[in-house]
Amino acid sequence: MSLPEHLDPKRSFQGLIVTLQNYWARHGCAILQPYDMEVGAGTFHPATTLRSLGPRPWKVAYVQPSRRPGDGRYSENPNRLQHYYQFQTLLKPSPPDLQELYLGSLWAIGLDSDLHDIRFVEDDWESPTLGAWGLGWECWCDGMEVSQFTYFQQICGIECSPVSGELTYGLERIAMYLQGVNSVYELNFNGQTGSNRLSYGDMFRQAEQEYSRFNFEFSDTDLLHRHFVDAERECTTILAAGSPKKPRELHLCVLPAYDHCIKASHIFNLLQARGVISVTERQNYVLRVRNLAHQCGKAFLQTEAAAPVKVGILESTH
Amino acid sequence: MPDLLLELFSEEIPAALQRKAACDLERLVTERLIDAGLTYEMAYKYWTPCRLTVDIRGVSTKAKKIQEKRKGPSVKASKTVIDAFLRAVGLDDISKTEIVKDSKKGDYYYIGKIIQYERKAQEIIAHVLPDIIRNFPWQKSMRWGAASDKPEALRWIRPLHSILCLFSTNTESDIIDFKIGDIRSSNVTYGHRFMSNRRPIIVQRFSDYLVKLEEAKVILDAGRRKEIILADARNLSCSQGLDLIEDEDLAEEVAGLVEWPVILMGKFEEEFLIIPSEIIRLTIRTNQKCFVTRKLGEKNTLSNYFILVSNIEAKDNGKTIVIGNSRVLCARLADAMYFWRTDQMPLPNLNRLAASADRFNLDLKKPLDQRMARLDHLHVTFHAKLGTQGTRVERITALAMIIAPLIGANSELVRRTAVLAKADLQTEIVTKFPELQGIMGHKYALLQGENKSVSQAIEDHYKPQGPKDAVPSDPISIAVALSDKIDMLVGFWLINEKPTSSKDPYALRRAALGIIRLALSQKCSIHLIPLFQKAAQLLTHHLVKDNLKIYEERLLSDNSVKGDISSVPLVQKEKYDKEINARVEPVLRDLLSFFHSRLKIYLRKEGAQQNAVDAILTPQDDDLLQVRHRIEALTTFIKTNNGKKLLDCVRRAVGILNSEAKKKTMIAEIVKPIFFSQKEETVLYDTIVKAEKKITIYLAEEDFSIALTSLASLIGAVNAFFEKVLVNDQNMSIRVNRLALLVRLCALLAKVADFSKLF
Repeated sequence: MSLPEHLDPKRSFQGLIVTLQNYWARHGCAILQPYDMEVGAGTFHPATTLRSLGPRPWKVAYVQPSRRPGDGRYSENPNRLQHYYQFQTLLKPSPPDLQELYLGSLWAIGLDSDLHDIRFVEDDWESPTLGAWGLGWECWCDGMEVSQFTYFQQICGIECSPVSGELTYGLERIAMYLQGVNSVYELNFNGQTGSNRLSYGDMFRQAEQEYSRFNFEFSDTDLLHRHFVDAERECTTILAAGSPKKPRELHLCVLPAYDHCIKASHIFNLLQARGVISVTERQNYVLRVRNLAHQCGKAFLQTEAAAPVKVGILESTH
Repeated sequence: MPDLLLELFSEEIPAALQRKAACDLERLVTERLIDAGLTYEMAYKYWTPCRLTVDIRGVSTKAKKIQEKRKGPSVKASKTVIDAFLRAVGLDDISKTEIVKDSKKGDYYYIGKIIQYERKAQEIIAHVLPDIIRNFPWQKSMRWGAASDKPEALRWIRPLHSILCLFSTNTESDIIDFKIGDIRSSNVTYGHRFMSNRRPIIVQRFSDYLVKLEEAKVILDAGRRKEIILADARNLSCSQGLDLIEDEDLAEEVAGLVEWPVILMGKFEEEFLIIPSEIIRLTIRTNQKCFVTRKLGEKNTLSNYFILVSNIEAKDNGKTIVIGNSRVLCARLADAMYFWRTDQMPLPNLNRLAASADRFNLDLKKPLDQRMARLDHLHVTFHAKLGTQGTRVERITALAMIIAPLIGANSELVRRTAVLAKADLQTEIVTKFPELQGIMGHKYALLQGENKSVSQAIEDHYKPQGPKDAVPSDPISIAVALSDKIDMLVGFWLINEKPTSSKDPYALRRAALGIIRLALSQKCSIHLIPLFQKAAQLLTHHLVKDNLKIYEERLLSDNSVKGDISSVPLVQKEKYDKEINARVEPVLRDLLSFFHSRLKIYLRKEGAQQNAVDAILTPQDDDLLQVRHRIEALTTFIKTNNGKKLLDCVRRAVGILNSEAKKKTMIAEIVKPIFFSQKEETVLYDTIVKAEKKITIYLAEEDFSIALTSLASLIGAVNAFFEKVLVNDQNMSIRVNRLALLVRLCALLAKVADFSKLF
């Protein structure tokens, strides 16, 4: 599939996204849109966290804007952002040729393994707040980490059965490499030239500055503390309200509860950016968010989306 | 005899685990072959990122006769069950089995003996390998793919793709056929992921396996890959007028990341060289797995060229790869530069640190002081049972202030060092690279204008780290180094986390050795026990504060406390203090004896005579330097004429006393001069009394050499006594008195050293 020049991943950030979407769509993935909440990584999207639980096959790919308040640098660091984009692919169960599929996606965006040194470097992935871990690699291209490659073993403290393969691409880094620029702000976003050209800086420099001020200076920590408690409470309240009244009934309300788990996690990140959380407290916050994630995961297993597919019944309903 | 070739081909195995996994595989396979009655001549193991291989030479084709007993059904079982058992063990009649009683159930059942004559090696191997692979001792392993939802799913370090298993001679080659999950063993392997066509490679035996892999751009032997990396890196550096900074561990790691190493050279901007070289090196090494270089002849400063190891021979000879790596490295160094500069800037929200600043008398205008205040403010834990880093710094400071005057260190500078010693734990650089603790504190201290000795001591208080690490010589460094280590040892001893023969997670042996080396090489004459006691007092003060509440609750539920409830807390605190103190003393004695055992090892390595050490060291000795002085003095003295003579005297006296002790002869409790009947007795007695007075003084003054030489004054009198006087006089009163005189002599000598250890 050949794209017009302005969508060439070597000169267009959005072209990079389109290319990855096309590639994974060709390999059977549903292309989702970003989740509409602040998350720390693409993994938090319920299409990954919750859908990696239970037996049903699942194949998705999507872009996810991700927020790491502590990584804000007031736009002064060319490589570090408090808001950036991840491209996320989740394949359940992990196909036997996942590494080859991944390399195919690199080739599609112009990272040819005849010219580039591509390496799978050990990385035991762990998300303490999600109660999740998996084994896999950081994928390096010429010494640069371009993706995370993980075989999920546990999510929300629940064994993955079957195991999903998760690929997370760091889009800005890859784009900087493809476009040959040294600062993220110099990236060509829309692939146009001259007065039509929009750079990453045009789009996000001001946002990085403002959010850095907010994350490090202006955020109201007392208010954040309260919001954390509220989100935590809301999550458990919703789960309790929707929980099955009789055995073998379905859970009625998991996704809205999970939204509040995500919210708590982001507020925790904001508090941490302000440096108001001590080491012991930090552990306590992590445990609280993990507990929410675990409750959500358990509840999700009691929903339709996590039930085994009964072939006969499905066929009869069609 | 045939050879067995086994290759387990998987997705990339973590570099650090490859060697051990290959060793485990070789061990398990050979053990199981032997257990099954097979023999082999040699076994070799290999590993690459994607494969574990064992090559076992000269395997016997048939196993020796082995008798296997198999438990059958109960004697009460039905005929069909018994017949099935007979078929399974290959017997035609039940009379050919034994009947055995099950002691637990009280039941009788059949035992069938199967004698396995000459079981074929292939069969055995096909039988044991699936078991080994399924139960492989990975510390952490994973499931994958569609099969991962089944409980019996195969676990491996990363997805396992194929198994090559051949049993071959020079002329023939057989596949040993077995199946694990979806994988069936075969004669197929695959080459380099990128530099071969990735089509199946058919293998006959090890010799063509090795050659075909190399044709497919895989160097099987990790040792060879490492040699290539180091040799090529040296040559490339040299050709550019540079010196490679050798790094064995890194070479080993990189050899586990590539199947076909290609060495390339990259460059970063010179402006980054203003970052301390330790940080540059760690950034490049830890994050990028690259080697750093120096200009030829340069001692300390790094060059801005680095060596990288690629896994492919690229179409453009590596140009793209070098550009990419250099760019990443520059970004990393830019980060490091950012951290290095951030650490020198003020922290936000300084007002919340005021209380902590007061506690440690910190100057919140200075960056490192701010970091220490934050370390305290955030209640960063040192150890769950030993409290926070903040309280630990408090203790180290208090203890260092006590040590300072003992070794002639300036107290104010010692205090300043101690309060800043752990501040760098809160810096960005040390958070990123913990191994730079101390080193960064030193640099930041200099930058904020601290005294040079103080700055140096912030780095040196961690020293000496190992038996070969340099020992600091500045008294300020010594005071804080001793204090840091004593607090740690006493703390872990109090919570009973002592090192065992196999585990020493807090490096307590190293800490004790550090104190020994500090005391001995820097001539610090200090008594350890009072310092231990002070450290314990500071620690228990913190522990009491933390635990008093729990203790009070326990006591309130305890019936032994009665009466007015309002006075209870005070009574309890006293009681608690007492309880703790009673328990602390034996712990500190135990710690001292731990020091003695480390000291003995250290002195032996230094060349001290074992028996001289034993003659000197008593359980109370807590001044290590003095112990060594005494050992040296004793060793010198016993080589002199007088020394030899004195030793003879002691030997005779002890000999007599020992033989009388065996006979259970009575000995008077004290010497009574009225029972002396010969003048030699009186002379010896007077000499002893005189010597006793002198030696007590010398020992009090710790003048051990003089004490020893003054013992020589006894020689004449003792020899005269033994020559002229018969100890075993017929008169009982005279005899017991003479023996008592010898006891007194020995007691005097024992004050100086246990000479009996020198015989």
